[in-house]
Amino acid sequence: MISPIIKVQNLSIGYGDNVIMNKLCFEIKRGDIFIIMGGSGCGKSTLLRTLIGLLPALSGRILINGIDIMSNNAKQKEFLATQCGVLYQSGALFSSMNLFENISLPLEQYTSYSPEKIREIVKFKLALVGLAGFEHFYPSEISGGMRKRAGLARALALDPEIVFFDEPSAGLDPVSSKHLDDLILEINKILGTTIIVVTHELSSLFNIGKDSIFLDSSIKTLSAKGNPKDLLKNPPNNRVLSFLTRGVSDEERS
Amino acid sequence: MSVDIDGQDIVLSGDLTKKFSIPIAIESLRKRKYLIVKNGGISNWNQESVVTLYSWLSQLSASTNLQMKGLPDEMSCLLRLALEKPQKNIQSNLPKEGLLERWGTKGIVLAHSIKLGVGFFVKMIGAWEQQITGKSVYRKKDFWLSLEDCGPKAVMIVSLISFMVGLILAFVGALQLKTFGAQVYVASLVTIGMVRIMGAVMTGIIMAGRTGSSYAATIGTMQVNEELDALRTMGISRVDFLGLPRTNALLLSMPILVLISDFMGILGGCFVCVFLWEIPLSEYVRYCTMSFSLANFLVGIFHGLVFGLVIALCGCYFGMTCGRNAESVGKATTNAVVYSIVWMIVMTGIITLICEGLGI
Repeated sequence: MISPIIKVQNLSIGYGDNVIMNKLCFEIKRGDIFIIMGGSGCGKSTLLRTLIGLLPALSGRILINGIDIMSNNAKQKEFLATQCGVLYQSGALFSSMNLFENISLPLEQYTSYSPEKIREIVKFKLALVGLAGFEHFYPSEISGGMRKRAGLARALALDPEIVFFDEPSAGLDPVSSKHLDDLILEINKILGTTIIVVTHELSSLFNIGKDSIFLDSSIKTLSAKGNPKDLLKNPPNNRVLSFLTRGVSDEERS
Repeated sequence: MSVDIDGQDIVLSGDLTKKFSIPIAIESLRKRKYLIVKNGGISNWNQESVVTLYSWLSQLSASTNLQMKGLPDEMSCLLRLALEKPQKNIQSNLPKEGLLERWGTKGIVLAHSIKLGVGFFVKMIGAWEQQITGKSVYRKKDFWLSLEDCGPKAVMIVSLISFMVGLILAFVGALQLKTFGAQVYVASLVTIGMVRIMGAVMTGIIMAGRTGSSYAATIGTMQVNEELDALRTMGISRVDFLGLPRTNALLLSMPILVLISDFMGILGGCFVCVFLWEIPLSEYVRYCTMSFSLANFLVGIFHGLVFGLVIALCGCYFGMTCGRNAESVGKATTNAVVYSIVWMIVMTGIITLICEGLGI
């Protein structure tokens, strides 16, 4: 039994008085690819923002490595900053810096490597995501898919234990999105990184997901847990089935 | 062309592209459980006729089960797609506020924003402390870039405006002083005016419009692009990383710009006096040096420093509290400029009072 890396206990999320999801309880196992899925506007991204500490939880606790992320523990803060990488929807690269500077920023901040070593690491990370030789390009000079991959390189710069993905396939064509999925699988396999993906892209979530939760906006909490493929075989409720079959099952029933 | 109602059926026939009217009141149809739209020999139809049919049928679709039979394939597909989800009267549920409530809310928002602004200033002080102890994440490149932007690149516009202000001061002042035959005191007027306050105020207003707005827009756009979130999840302080280099650059460049502005204003005054009022240059210079005092000059420079701080704080603060869409970037920029100017005036008042108290 592998110990869970993230534990979420009775979590409520939302903005101010507006509760979007409540009574969320789940665990994410170390080394898993964990999918947070649900329809548009159900609070997937809000949950992600809460998990990475950008948004305070309305109630409940999030434990990463056994420590509450909201606690003022210096060690935990350092852990979150160095061991959690985030790939934002549009990459969120700093537009005033080129790719090299973008990726070297966390390295300069948190490691004591020499400039040469940092240069090597940055080159390696860029090559890892298929962007070798693009060090001196600015984010505005490369395509959306490349920006995402560069964002991934930055998220991986410090070899984090956990990487969060916010809708990795949004805005990508099917082929690029498949490439990104393959990359996620490889990183998970090779580096053993725990990967948490927010998505509603079916092909992608069946392809990479090992474990998942389904957020149901109609009951404002999660209504299913487990491997997406198993959920498709034994759907716990109709909404999950409808989501996982793109609504085809609805039509069959009617 | 015709639309006939036959029991449960609505029979369409003839050329639907021609203008047609519905023969029966819609209210009487609404009571029916279901209706069937039938093809009674449609000879011609187009998109427009579908639109007309839709706008009629959509009034029924909420209460009645509509079915299509025998219609041309594309037509029934279009109608089915359009009618799939019955129209609902969605009303915005924004609460209506009374006058008192609105002003009360504004008051609360104002108090809250003052608290946040002061909090931001405290954070900035913390950032300086970190910088002094060498703990902050501070890109020197950013500092130099900001310095270039708010230093050398701003000299031209500051010079031009200050020259004009000196010109106007001298012109308007001389018109009045002429009645007393005291034209030569224009030199003193321009010197004291520019050096003590006008140089700093003009530079401040130019820099608020030029640099403060650019800070707010840049940082606001970073917020929209999730770049600020990325900084946060990397554990890098936004105030250190973005606010500090910009504030430092502005604090360094403002006194120099004020100095340039003072000089250009006096030069503008000189221009008017020598060429228009025919005061000899030597006289102008003599009165200038006579009325110039170091205290006034230092007060002017101090104003410049304070204004620099105000502009940088407003620009960075409104950038960092920007919303996540294009419109809010515009709002942030406007706010940055407006609040910079308001706070500059407030600070001028405070400094003047303090100087009065100290007898400077």
